Amino acid sequence: MKTSIALAGILLAGSSLVSAQAINGAGATFPYPIYGKWFEEFRQKNPSIEINYQSKGSGAGIAQLTAGTVDFGASDMPMKDEQIAALKVKALHFPTVIGGVVPTFNVPGVTDLKFSQKALAGIYLGKITKWNDPLIAKANPGVKLPSTDVIVVHRADGSGTTFVFTDFLSKISPEWKAGPGSNTSIKWPVGVGQQGNEGVAGMVKQTPGAVGYVELIYALQNKMSYGAVENAAGSYVKADLDTVTAAAANAAKSMPADFRVSITNAPGKNAYPIASFTWLLIPTQIPDAQKRAALVNFLKWMLADGQKDCAALGYAPLPKQVVLQEQKQIAMIH
Amino acid sequence: MAATATAPAPSRPGSRSKGDEVAHLVTLAFAATVLLVAVLLVWNLWGASAPSRGKFGWGFLAGTNWDPNALDFGALPFIYGTVITSLLALVISIPLGVGAAIFLAELAPPGFSSACTFLVELLAAVPSVIYGLLAIFTVVPLMREYIEPALKTAFGYLPQFQGPILGVGYLTAAVVLAIMTVPYIVSISRESLLEVPRDQREAALALGATRWETTFKVVVPYARLGILGSIFLSLARALGETMAITMVVGNDTTLHASWFAPGYTIAAILANEFAEATGKMYTAALVELGLVLFLVTIVINALARLLVVATTRKGSAKAQ
Amino acid sequence: MNRLLYRKTVNNVMLTLTGVCTLVTVAVLFVILGYLVYNGGKSVDWAFFTKLPLPPGENGGGMANAIVGSAEMVGLAALFGLPVGFFGGIYLAEFSGKTMGFLIRYTADLLNGVPSIVIGIFAWALVVVPLHNFSSLAGAVALAIMLIPISLRSTEQFLSTVPNALREGALALGAPKWKVLATVIVPAAMKGILTGMILAVARVAGETAPLLFTALNNQFWPRGLNQPTASLPVMIYTHAIAPYDDWHRQAWAAGLVLLAMVLLTNISARWILSRGISVQKG
Repeated sequence: MKTSIALAGILLAGSSLVSAQAINGAGATFPYPIYGKWFEEFRQKNPSIEINYQSKGSGAGIAQLTAGTVDFGASDMPMKDEQIAALKVKALHFPTVIGGVVPTFNVPGVTDLKFSQKALAGIYLGKITKWNDPLIAKANPGVKLPSTDVIVVHRADGSGTTFVFTDFLSKISPEWKAGPGSNTSIKWPVGVGQQGNEGVAGMVKQTPGAVGYVELIYALQNKMSYGAVENAAGSYVKADLDTVTAAAANAAKSMPADFRVSITNAPGKNAYPIASFTWLLIPTQIPDAQKRAALVNFLKWMLADGQKDCAALGYAPLPKQVVLQEQKQIAMIH
Repeated sequence: MAATATAPAPSRPGSRSKGDEVAHLVTLAFAATVLLVAVLLVWNLWGASAPSRGKFGWGFLAGTNWDPNALDFGALPFIYGTVITSLLALVISIPLGVGAAIFLAELAPPGFSSACTFLVELLAAVPSVIYGLLAIFTVVPLMREYIEPALKTAFGYLPQFQGPILGVGYLTAAVVLAIMTVPYIVSISRESLLEVPRDQREAALALGATRWETTFKVVVPYARLGILGSIFLSLARALGETMAITMVVGNDTTLHASWFAPGYTIAAILANEFAEATGKMYTAALVELGLVLFLVTIVINALARLLVVATTRKGSAKAQ
Repeated sequence: MNRLLYRKTVNNVMLTLTGVCTLVTVAVLFVILGYLVYNGGKSVDWAFFTKLPLPPGENGGGMANAIVGSAEMVGLAALFGLPVGFFGGIYLAEFSGKTMGFLIRYTADLLNGVPSIVIGIFAWALVVVPLHNFSSLAGAVALAIMLIPISLRSTEQFLSTVPNALREGALALGAPKWKVLATVIVPAAMKGILTGMILAVARVAGETAPLLFTALNNQFWPRGLNQPTASLPVMIYTHAIAPYDDWHRQAWAAGLVLLAMVLLTNISARWILSRGISVQKG
């Protein structure tokens, strides 16, 4: 009994003795695989800095940043004006990677599908209820589609991925725009909700007939099928490094000063239509000098070395002009 | 201190030594902490929900729209989800639980009965998240592939059994809740049944009743307060269940008629949306949901305690 | 005759049905345990107990930090909550008058019935918001609030089972009440009180909902009271709903470890209790 108390005491004391600069962030699940890798890699290079990132959804990232309970947030939706106004300490948007939101599906016997804009909107509006619906069949001649029910999966939590997806739907479907609209949380006409990109992928993986929208890496890492989407130029494009980079090409040339931009339904034959930047939300004022130095260090590392990890995880690295612009923005943190 | 004196001070009725007063105050202080915590809790729930209560009033309970963007909130889908999953769970667990309790109290040999009860009570100790973990990989596929299709074939003409089969939804959540509440019903009902005096049974048997008739028409009615109490207790627990439910209920903020459809309970939406609620109104609406759940479970718990205490203290049917 | 046959048939059918009910109920327990033991047993390895979680998509890693974090928070919660319940229970059993007693009992029952998610929200408002960060302290506070009513009622219950003769005998010898309590009554009920506390702690160790917005989660080692901390139940939740097979594997392992701990504690507590509440000291 006494030894166990002593052991416990040593453990508790020991864990606080190793002086690590602990930084806490929360937010988007969209970039979680690469953020996880980055923070781990960064810690191995700088053992005294532990950046704890919890993927709870962009909505939670913004909310917790506003409440001041985390040191930084992360979001796939650039903060809206009202949200920025609600911040006690102004925050800066730092784009980190470009990713693609893919429609992943679990249809028995089908490995490749093309989703026309009308079909995708129709599925999420609840109009298309069976996989062999003519709208889906039209874009997929020669594919044997079963008459299974379409089980729509969406996010239950406030999600930047939802924003990106619904932003695209709003641009291509007036009915969607007038109805659910685009935001991190919307009123879904149909479907089942799950927590995080992880939850949506998990559900689609296990449910025959399901379709969901997830960041590309979740479909890749779990060997799930995902479809090609009809883009603004009318071609069916599957998300990959090239198509996602193409989607950001325009934005790269004319990136606004605050980095808030949407690249869904981007023009260009090879552009993936449901792509997006994702941002780290860093406060402009960080009173703790050590924390500030650690975060600044990380940002510099992320913009240089971190970008090399992108390709392996299916994200597109930031265009050079954007990187240069961001490096200047780092100076605004004080 | 007094004990070390040569002659201990005689304790007269009404007098207390200094040590006693200190003990009294110290223990009172700790006991009062309970009051403090409860008061703070209620005050916090009440205060944080004020913006929402002010804006929606009683209409909150009837509102069916949950729109965080338009800041229009209504609690009905969640109240409905909470109630329907709990009620369906009871429909499953009451016959199962009371049946098992009858078997264990009346028919099984005492050793076997205690061993079985012990095992069943262990079920009650299993954490909710583990039920959820198991449910995702066992109950959900089972419902999706066998049980819900079978129900659809048999009862598909009823609105409750229509619509696409997802595996998750109201019914699955109810099944998981049933598994979680059965141990309470078995354990407490069995105790209530055991308390019924022997002579009641013997009188019925002497009159020529079969074992079953004795049990069902004499023993169970005698123990009905305790059994009812166990049902209320299970209901109270089912209403507050969070983790296992949010993993299998489907998380949809719309009210559906079909039991195959995804739904939401109050506890589940709190778990999913609380961390991201920005702004006073959104947070207030969520806290108000918590307040509703809090009030309902308080009432049900109180009823449960009343019934169970009435049985164990005064002995079942006599406590009229 | 027909009527008798009918009644006898009903008798046999119904009694068999009750047996079936029992079978189903017990079978569910075995299915749960069996499935968990099978899947968890396959997945538990040395890495689980010693390594930290890896980024999503990478296989391997473990939940060592969650085990330590859970132990830390539950330990702290016990430190906060059990004494309140213990001394409060003594007050209820030995000192309180009718109204105060009723009030405290009623309030304790009230607190006991509060859904754990609501307690999590309360702890968030109480600790996380003023301190401006998620912390294991907040998690411990949430768990402590759940411990208080359980340990209060069980302490009171076991103290009241101590025969009055013991109290009166000690008082008649001239000892003051507090000494009687400390040296005679509490030790007599100690076995039951400790059992109650152990059961309460075991129950609280499996709670997830109160930790969601208080301790949040962490992929690193626990770093003190003022930082978000990993815990087994929350890890199980996040890993169970994710798509990664390796995460599922780890969720099973964690589930087995957690369940083993909870069940072992329960079984040993009940065993201690069933050996009778001894009347002599210790």
